[in-house]
Amino acid sequence: MDSSDNEQVRLLGKWASPFSNRVDLALKLKGVPYKYSEEDLANKSVDLLNYNPVHKKVPVLVHNGNSIAESLVILQYIDEAWNNHPFLPQEPYQRALARFWCKTLDDKILPAIWNACWSNEKGREKAVEEALEALKILQDELKDKKFFGGETIGLVDIAANFIGYWVSILQEIAGLELLTIEKFPKLYKWSQEYINHPVIKEGLPPRDELFAFFKASAKK
Amino acid sequence: MENNNEVVLLDLWASMFGMRVRIALAEKGIKYEYIEQDIWNKSDLLLQMNPVQKKVPVLIHKGKPICESLIAVQYIDEVWNDRSPLLPSDPYAKSQARFWADYVDKKIYDLAKKVWARKGEEQEAGKKEFIEALQLLEAELGDKPFFGGDKFGFVDISLVTFYSWFYAVETIGNFSIESECPKFISWAKRCLQKESVSSTLPNSERVYEFLLDAKKRLGIE
Repeated sequence: MDSSDNEQVRLLGKWASPFSNRVDLALKLKGVPYKYSEEDLANKSVDLLNYNPVHKKVPVLVHNGNSIAESLVILQYIDEAWNNHPFLPQEPYQRALARFWCKTLDDKILPAIWNACWSNEKGREKAVEEALEALKILQDELKDKKFFGGETIGLVDIAANFIGYWVSILQEIAGLELLTIEKFPKLYKWSQEYINHPVIKEGLPPRDELFAFFKASAKK
Repeated sequence: MENNNEVVLLDLWASMFGMRVRIALAEKGIKYEYIEQDIWNKSDLLLQMNPVQKKVPVLIHKGKPICESLIAVQYIDEVWNDRSPLLPSDPYAKSQARFWADYVDKKIYDLAKKVWARKGEEQEAGKKEFIEALQLLEAELGDKPFFGGDKFGFVDISLVTFYSWFYAVETIGNFSIESECPKFISWAKRCLQKESVSSTLPNSERVYEFLLDAKKRLGIE
């Protein structure tokens, strides 16, 4: 067996998905070369069903023939399989905090913002209130740090790509003001540092294409 | 010698999430102070230690809170890393353990709730999906004694605590889990042979009473 095949890293993803993008960012931060396949979720490939039979979703990482699903599980795997540019600190309590904020992003913060951006007139006020509350919680955690990971991009920063990039697009389409410099100056500043970080910048999908994609979804 | 006050657990006796942390602490032989919480009347301490979710369990170590049961279990494993490892060391094996524990978190509680909180067609659908989820877990277990292989570990801890709720769910749902998932039951009983599990899981009938009371308080028929 060719050793380069064994080392092959493959990502099955969707370009517009922040969950899929997290894995792109992680691999790029580690400097790991990989093959990317764009998946059509309306017409799932044999590979996708084979590599993620349980959830049948993207992203899925394949490394040395082994597949890993669920973006936060994948991020931790990448951090442990490649030792450079660690995403997590060494100290157990700081690690626990980082994991907590990743989970809180997925369980509470992302859903609140997503709901607000897609809410109809009836539920809008409450949804927006919850979204603002969620952003406040996140800003309180950031405090005066450059990144959630401190001086460098960490696990929480990668997981917060939706906040750093997707939110500005979605709120514009929805006609809402959620993450603004007036409302959340520290979090806004973080988002600007984030999207201008040399590796992150290269790894995010193009803004105009992402805008067009979600605008088209909004029309449906 | 460890100071009891160094490790504190805010918990509810019936919480299958809290039980995970108790099992992990027992596996590592860690002494701790257990503080029972009234979830219907949340204490200032709980709200202070878990302001984001306001839930149990909360592990407090040297005054610092760790919330979310699976995160607390990983924390315990990393701090007390000189004994009884709960997670494998190989990154891929670890990722699979995290994946299946995450599956348990995403599915089992909500599907069980569909059975105990709903009626009629919704309940029937819940029963079917709940059994299917357990059967998927049975398939993942395969012929192994535990999810991690020969040793009791992270996935077993994340899942076995739900066993204490089975009697309640079966009684309310009027069905037998064992008849559909015998392998699951024999795995659970194997886990119960471990002191850390048998000393942690509460009496099933007590859980059933707790659930009936919870339903009343939540206004669920």
